[in-house]
Amino acid sequence: MSEIALDQTGFPHSHLLGIEGLTSDVISLLLDRAESFVEHNRQVDNTLSSLSGRTIVNLFFEDSTRTRTSFELAAKQLGGNVINMSVATSSVKKGETLIDTAMTLNAMHPDVLVVRHNDSGAVKLLSEKVNCAVINAGDGRHEHPTQALLDALTIRRRKGCISGLLVAICGDIAHSRVARSNIHLLNAMGAQVRLIAPKTLIPSGIANMGVEVFNNMEEGLQDCDIVMMLRLQSERMGSGFFPSIREYFHFFGLDYEKLANAKDDALIMHPGPMNRGVEIASEVADDLGRSAIREQVEMGVAVRMACLELLTANSPKGNGS
Amino acid sequence: MSRVAYINARLLDPASGLDSPGTLLSDGELISDFGPELFKDGVPDGITVIDCQGFCLMPGLVDMRVQLREPGHEYKGTLESAGRAASAGGVTSLVCLPNTNPVIDDMSVLEFVARRARKLGLAKVHSYGAVTKGLEGKELAEIGLLADSGALAFTDGIKSVNDARIMGRALSYASNFGQMIIQHAEEPSLTQGGVMNSGETATRLGLSGIPRQAEIIMVERDIRLSEMTGGRLHFAHLSTSDAIDVVRKAKARGLNITCDTAPPYFSLSEIAVGDYRTFAKLSPPLRADSDRLAVIEGLKDGTIDTIASDHAPHDEDSKRLPFAKAAFGGVGLETLLAVTLELFHNNHLDLLPTLKLITSAPADLLGLDAGRLKKGAPADLTLVDINRGWKVVADAMQSISKNSPFDGRPVQGMVLRTIVDGRTVFQLGA
Repeated sequence: MSEIALDQTGFPHSHLLGIEGLTSDVISLLLDRAESFVEHNRQVDNTLSSLSGRTIVNLFFEDSTRTRTSFELAAKQLGGNVINMSVATSSVKKGETLIDTAMTLNAMHPDVLVVRHNDSGAVKLLSEKVNCAVINAGDGRHEHPTQALLDALTIRRRKGCISGLLVAICGDIAHSRVARSNIHLLNAMGAQVRLIAPKTLIPSGIANMGVEVFNNMEEGLQDCDIVMMLRLQSERMGSGFFPSIREYFHFFGLDYEKLANAKDDALIMHPGPMNRGVEIASEVADDLGRSAIREQVEMGVAVRMACLELLTANSPKGNGS
Repeated sequence: MSRVAYINARLLDPASGLDSPGTLLSDGELISDFGPELFKDGVPDGITVIDCQGFCLMPGLVDMRVQLREPGHEYKGTLESAGRAASAGGVTSLVCLPNTNPVIDDMSVLEFVARRARKLGLAKVHSYGAVTKGLEGKELAEIGLLADSGALAFTDGIKSVNDARIMGRALSYASNFGQMIIQHAEEPSLTQGGVMNSGETATRLGLSGIPRQAEIIMVERDIRLSEMTGGRLHFAHLSTSDAIDVVRKAKARGLNITCDTAPPYFSLSEIAVGDYRTFAKLSPPLRADSDRLAVIEGLKDGTIDTIASDHAPHDEDSKRLPFAKAAFGGVGLETLLAVTLELFHNNHLDLLPTLKLITSAPADLLGLDAGRLKKGAPADLTLVDINRGWKVVADAMQSISKNSPFDGRPVQGMVLRTIVDGRTVFQLGA
């Protein structure tokens, strides 16, 4: 086991609940630290020890495979103990309230709680009731900060920087926490953000969040450096947001024809899991020259390692005991 | 019967415009006399004297929108808890919504509430009857019989009467008995799933919005139905500038339409939701600041007829939840006077017109013998220091439920004593 030296400057917050409110310096701190883990993770003997003796609890009130696994791997890479709690196996199913669950877990003195919940604001509410650090792994349609950070790391590695880039976020903006976190992060880092979606999937007042709104892919993608596609959640179908998948793909699905409007070297991203043939054509998703979708997954582990390490560095071991 | 002289008072009667130093004499349950000249040369023997020390003696407040949780949800509030909260807030008459369990769509429930309240002897409790059976919006409740038993008007409480045909029939049928329909104006298909005002704040917080049009559309529709049927219509707690404007225009056309609002809508805006503060989750939702200012304008120009507390007690477990899952509503009986007085202290309205909105205006609207200083009227009074500052502390409230959207707010205007039927039911510090 080894260490990678950590700079003197630490993370100035006790939790990571969202990107909104983080300064570009703090975002850069997280990205730089994550960057240092990327090469390391590619090596064979890659276990570090900065989380040794620390307990990380993954508390997922909503189904997730990739985010939970990514956090689990990140914690293990740093030598931490990981406990996975999913709703199906916990007392939440027996009617325990969110706050009772928080209090119960808090009494076990974990170092970090990684929480996903289907209600916006639920992770913040939980963070107010516990003594340990809390990482928001997605709350309702509010924020998903580690996704935005891994997207930023992917962009930075491919494009060299974030500032000055023209980024289009396309698809179900209304129900997307990924979109909100990305809007905050990209704006903080000096990128220019466009949203492209049918009007029914553009939430009210979002134009005030520093974005330009388009309802037409061809226009919106014009000269973009980055094309971020969002997952269209199947449960939105039949709620009157759009008439059919066929029609949605025709106007808003990413295919080579629409992509031709973006810059020639535009990077294609997707938070996954993808609906092939719904928001993105398979051939585009699998185009290794253009698509950064697999790299995003790899960056996810590095970013989550950085978040776990920087947050635990703020608190002594056995916090709360 | 016992006679009490309230001396050294600043007598305020919003209905008649009286604002003068003087004395008020109650004889048993009734006001027997009052005025600047009364007992000028001393109070005769045999009369109990209460020295008001120059503070304002005014009619007790009439609160026309209170949710009782008894019967049915006593862990959130009881008649006694509401009565104590009312007394501490200077409220001597309140009208409860029919959304108890069982619902007040039947004379027996109405009589149960009236009997229990009389026994407690705190604020006087009146009831609205349900417009539809079980508040289900399908079949009319027994409006005539309920009116005979004392229901003051008819409403489905916190739910809109959604079906236009049922609403039309309710307006029409209730007018047989001279009864008014009070509508919570929100088009349900637009509010579905929404938890706060639609707009940038909701989008930022990732919360589902309730568009302001939900209120506007229902107000516009119901005004047409009232015109069609000749039925008497009143809108509860209006919150948007446009809906107020629609009512303003209907009044200008000579229609007998009235409306009220509640203190949160002229003193708070959606900013109060802040970081998911569930105490600021109200129905209708807190709106933009421009709406708040429009509500004040509506109060100033008389478009809005009355102010009601919209008291909606909820236990902690209903509020300590993720925002989307928390209950709608806030307690208001104990802050009705002080927050309403902000209209006066902020120079929007003179003192008497401000107080009229919570005394004689609602009493007149509902035909209650209350809300004014009048010889022979019940001695329902409150003694108030209109200038004394204090800070709202929800945990210190009389109400069982402490869910006040005003927690921590500095306010001005303190109730010193509340008198119902000549009996002191609340005294500050006692």
